[in-house]
Amino acid sequence: MSGPRRIAGGLVIDRTRPVSFQFDGQVLGGFSGDTLASALLANGRRVVARSFKYHRPRGVVAAGPEEPNALVELEGPQGREPNVLATTLPLYEGLTAAGQNAWPSVSVDVGAVNDAISRLLPAGFYYKSFMFPARAWERLYEPLIRRAAGLGRLEARVDAAPPAAQTVHVHADVLVVGAGTAGLCAALACAAAGREVLLLEQDLIAGAGALLDDRWTGWCERALAVLGKMPGVRLLTRTTLLAAYGQGVFTALQTLPGAPTRGDPRERLHVIRARSVVLATGALERLIAFPGNDVPGVMLAGGAGQYLRRYGVAVGERPLWFLNNDEAYEAVFAHHAAGLGSAGIVDVRESGLAMRRAREFGIPVLANARIVAVAGRQAVRGATVETDAGRRHVEADALLMSGGHSPSLALATQLGLGSRWQEEIAAFVPDEPGAGADARSDAGAAAGAAGASADTAVVKLAGAVRGTTGLAAAARDGLAAAASLLGDGVPVGGGNAELRDLFASLPSDLPHTPLRAIWEVHGRGKSFVDLQQDVTTEDVRLAAREGYGHPEHLKRYTTLGMGTEQGRIGALVGLAVLAQARGLPPAQLALTRPRPFAQPVPFAALAGAEARQHFKPRRRLPLHDWHESAGARFVNIGLWLRPLVYSREPGWAPVLAEARAVRERVGLTDVSTLGKIDVQGADAGRFLDFVYANRFSTLPVGRARYGIMLREDGLMFDDGTVARLGAGHFVLTTTTANAAAVLDHLDFQRQAHAAQLGVVLTDVGDAWAQFALAGPRSRAVAARVIDGLDLSNAAFPFMAAAQATIAGIAGRVFRISFSGECAYEIAVPAHHARPVWQALMQEGESEGIAAYGLDALNTLRIEKGHVTGAELTGNASADDLGFAGLPKGDGDFVGRDAARRGALNAAERLQLVALRPVERGLRLRNGAQLVTRSRPRDSLGYITSATPSVVIEGWVGLAMLAGGRRRIGEQLIAASPVHDEHVEVEVISPHWLDAENARVKG
Amino acid sequence: MLRIPCPWCGERDEVEFRYQGDAGRTRPAAGAAAGQVEDYLYLRDNPRGWHLEWWLHTAGCRQLLKVLRHTVTHEIAAVGGPADSLSPPEPRLEPRPVPEPEPRPLPAPGPG
Repeated sequence: MSGPRRIAGGLVIDRTRPVSFQFDGQVLGGFSGDTLASALLANGRRVVARSFKYHRPRGVVAAGPEEPNALVELEGPQGREPNVLATTLPLYEGLTAAGQNAWPSVSVDVGAVNDAISRLLPAGFYYKSFMFPARAWERLYEPLIRRAAGLGRLEARVDAAPPAAQTVHVHADVLVVGAGTAGLCAALACAAAGREVLLLEQDLIAGAGALLDDRWTGWCERALAVLGKMPGVRLLTRTTLLAAYGQGVFTALQTLPGAPTRGDPRERLHVIRARSVVLATGALERLIAFPGNDVPGVMLAGGAGQYLRRYGVAVGERPLWFLNNDEAYEAVFAHHAAGLGSAGIVDVRESGLAMRRAREFGIPVLANARIVAVAGRQAVRGATVETDAGRRHVEADALLMSGGHSPSLALATQLGLGSRWQEEIAAFVPDEPGAGADARSDAGAAAGAAGASADTAVVKLAGAVRGTTGLAAAARDGLAAAASLLGDGVPVGGGNAELRDLFASLPSDLPHTPLRAIWEVHGRGKSFVDLQQDVTTEDVRLAAREGYGHPEHLKRYTTLGMGTEQGRIGALVGLAVLAQARGLPPAQLALTRPRPFAQPVPFAALAGAEARQHFKPRRRLPLHDWHESAGARFVNIGLWLRPLVYSREPGWAPVLAEARAVRERVGLTDVSTLGKIDVQGADAGRFLDFVYANRFSTLPVGRARYGIMLREDGLMFDDGTVARLGAGHFVLTTTTANAAAVLDHLDFQRQAHAAQLGVVLTDVGDAWAQFALAGPRSRAVAARVIDGLDLSNAAFPFMAAAQATIAGIAGRVFRISFSGECAYEIAVPAHHARPVWQALMQEGESEGIAAYGLDALNTLRIEKGHVTGAELTGNASADDLGFAGLPKGDGDFVGRDAARRGALNAAERLQLVALRPVERGLRLRNGAQLVTRSRPRDSLGYITSATPSVVIEGWVGLAMLAGGRRRIGEQLIAASPVHDEHVEVEVISPHWLDAENARVKG
Repeated sequence: MLRIPCPWCGERDEVEFRYQGDAGRTRPAAGAAAGQVEDYLYLRDNPRGWHLEWWLHTAGCRQLLKVLRHTVTHEIAAVGGPADSLSPPEPRLEPRPVPEPEPRPLPAPGPG
C-alpha cells in the first residue's frame, strides 16, 4: 500500500496507519502523515498536472506551499474544489482528487497542441490578438480563452452545508513567524523572560532547515521538549501567516488535519494581535532556468530532501543534481545517508567545500558544469551536461536543482520594510527595521518611549530571511532578535538552566563556499521562470524588447508571478533575466511588491462562522411572533424583518384591503423600527435647534413637531418628529433606514460643535415599541385603551404628545400621522409590546380594526405625499421636497449656509410631485423615467414610488421632476424601457389628498 | 487595521470606530463668507504625513476622539478629546519618506 518509491524512514508519517485514496480514478495507498504530493511521489506518479498555457505535463517540484505545479481538483462533500495544493493537503482516508487543466487526463491531454504551436502564442498574445472588434471580446474571445486556459473548475454543491469555518482571536506579546532554528530560539528566549509568545510554523512540524540535517535532530528535539514545558509559549503548526496589517494585527490560516469527508472543518483563521513580531520566515530555494526545467522529475533539491527525510520517499533511484550552493548539498548527503545512488552532481562552481565532501562520499561531481538539455517528456530520462570538456549525456530518473535561496520577504514588505540586494546570497533581503527608520518598526517604539501613544508593532528579523546562512547562525540571530526585543539587562535564557544549556550547545555551522549565481542556461527549448504561469526566459526578453521592462510591467505583461504561488521559486530568476536583457545588475531592479494575502485563502476561511443566516444579524420586532401568528409575510428592511402584509395571497388585493381599512375605519401598524433618541438637559432645545433646520426650543411641552435634518452640505439627511415631554426632555424619531446614522451624526455634532451645551443623548430605539393607530375611528379605539388622558380633539389635538397609561402600561401617546388619517402613535416599553398591541386589536374589533403592514403603510403615505427613503436619497434639498418654509431664518444650524445657496433652490431642480396615469387602468413603475413626447430621450426625472390608490381610481405615484412644481397640470410620458411601457401621466400636487389636513386634524 | 487607543476604553480595533472626517477644519460661524463655507465643506488637505482625524467610538463609549495618524505608516501619535490640541511627535521620529511611486501598472490582463 505504501508505493514503490517509499524507502525506510520518514519523520512525520505513521507507517502503522495506512491510508487509501484515489487520484485520477486510480486507487493508491499512503500513510497517515503524508501529503497528497508525498503519497503520489511514493507511488511513482510523475505527471500530476498539465500546465496553464502549453498543457505540458508537469510533476511535483517542491514540498511546501511554494509548489507551482501540483494543483489538483479535490472531490469533497461540498462538491469539486479546484486548485488545491497537493503539497500541503494532508492525506486522509477516502481522499479523491484529480489532475486539472487537461482533457481527457493529465497523462493524455489534447490541449498539448498549444505547446507545438507555442511560437504563435508569445507573451501578450491575448492583448495582441483579440483586440478587434471590441464587442467580440465578451461573446467570443473571452469564453474561448477561458475554456482553453484557466485552472480548475469549481463545482459547489450548494445544498451541502459546509462545516462551519472557525475564526479565533489571539493576543500575544511576541509573535514569532517561522519555527526554524531562528524562530525557535527567539520564541524560547522571549518566553523565558515571561513574554506571551505565539510561534507559527506553516509546516506540520517545527524545525524547518534543521529537519534536513542529522546533526540538528537531537538539538531540535530538545528545543521542542523545552518549548512544550514552558508556560506562555504556544506553537501552532500547519499555520501560515497570511497578512501583516500593521499596528500589530495579523491573520494566519491554520490547516486542520481532519477529513472533510467526516464534516470536520478544514481551516481555522487566527486573527492575531501582538506588540512585537519576529519574522523568521526563512528563505525558499529557487529554480534554475534551463531548457526542459519543467519535465516531470525536475524538482528542487531541497524539496527532494524533504520528501526523503519527512515521508521516506525517494523521488528518484539515480537522481542527477544541478547545484550552485553548499546548502543544497544537505539533500545530497541525506540521499547518500539513506543509501540511495546518484547519477552525479553538476555544480556551476569551480570548487567548494561541499563538493569536496561529496567526492569523499564517492559521489561523482562535475565542476564548472551546467545542464543544457533534459531528455524525456513525461518523465526525466537523463540530461545533457556541458563542461569545459564538452557535452555528454547522463542517464538519470530525476533532476534535482538548486539555484540558491531567496528570503521570504513578503511579510516584511507588508510591514513597510524596503528591500536591498545582498550579493553573498544573490537575492533581495528586507531592510533592517530601524536601520532605514522606515515604517512601523522602531519609530513606533521610540515614539512610545517619548511618551506618545504610538502603538505600532515592533518588527525584528531573524535567520535566513535577513540573508543569514547556516542553522547555528540563524539560531544566534533569533537570540539576538529576542535580546533586542527584551531590552538591556534581560539575560537571554533567564534563569532556565536547561534553556541556557540548549543555547550553548548549538551544533556548529560547517564552513561553506559561497554560491555562484546562475539564473539561466541558454539552449534549445523552453526554460521556465514561472512553471505555473508558463512563463519562459524568452517571454521575459520579449517583454523587455516590447517596452515592458519594469518589473511591475513585466509581471502584468507576462503574468510572471501572478499564479497562486506568486512566483516564489522563480520570480527572482525572471527578474535577473530581465536585468540581463536590460544590461543592468539585478540589484538595480526591485521585486514586485507583495500584498496580502501571502497565499491563496478559501473565502470560507475568511468568512468563518459569518456565513448564510449568520452573515448579518437579523433584527426581529418585539412583536415578531404576533405578526407571524397573524400570517404576516416578512420583508428584509436593512437588518429588520418587518411585516409586509398580513396575508399569503399574492398581489395587491390584501394590501389595498389593509389600506382601505385605515382610510375607512381603523388600522394598527408596528413602527417600532423607527430610530428613537432621548434628548435631555437644560440645553436640549438649543441642541435640537442646531441639528434640525426647524426650531424646537419654542416647542411647548406636550407638543410634537415634524422636523427636517440637513447635512452640513445643505441637502436633506433625515426627517422625523420631535416631541417635548418636559422642559428639558425631548424624544425624537428618525427614519428606520437612518437610525444608526442619525445617532452617529448627533453624537458627532454634540461633541464637535456643541460641546458647550448641557445635553445628553440616549439611544432608546430598542427600548420602545411603537404602534400607529390610524383611521377615522382611531380615537374611539384609543379612548378605550388609554387611561388618564382626555383624547378629545380640543384637549389632545393634532401634534399633541403626552405620557399616558395604555392598557395598564406607562407609555407615551403622540397625535402624529404618516397615513394622512387621524392617528395616534403609541409607545410602550418593548417588553410590554404584546399585551398593549393585543388590547388595541381587541378593543378595535368592534370598529373593524385591521393590522396593516409595510405595503399598506406605503400606499397610504404615497397618497398623502409623505416622503421616505425613496425620496430622501441624499440628493434632494429641502426646497426640492417642498420644505422651503421649514428652515428657520435666524440662528445657526447644521447645513444652514450651504442650504441657502442658489443652486440648491433653483427652479429647475428635481422637485417632488405626484403623478397619475392619464389612462386610469395603466400602472406606474418605480424608476420609470419622465420624458416629453417631443424629446423622448431627455429624462426630466423619475418615479420614486408608486401604488394603486384606495382613494382615487387607478395608480398614483410620487416623482422627482425637473421644475416639477411648475409642471403641475402638464402631461408627460413615464417610460420604463425594461418593461417596454410608455404611460402617459398627469403631473399633480403631492398634496392632492386632503390638502387642508381635515382628516388628520379631525 | 488600525488599533486606536481610546482614552476611555483602552486600545481597540478600528472596526469599533467610525471615521468622521478631517479634524483639522474649523466649522465657520453662521453667515460666514461663501468661500469659507466652501472651504469647510469641500476642500481637504491630503497630507503625506500626520493627519488629524475625527473618530467616533460607535461600538464603545460613543465618545468623539481626535486622532493624530500618520498617513504613510498609520502610526498613531496621539489621541484626545475634541477640546484637546494634539501635536505631531518630534521631527526626528518622522518616518522616512517612501520611495517615489512606481510607474502605473497596466490593467490586469486576461489569462496568458
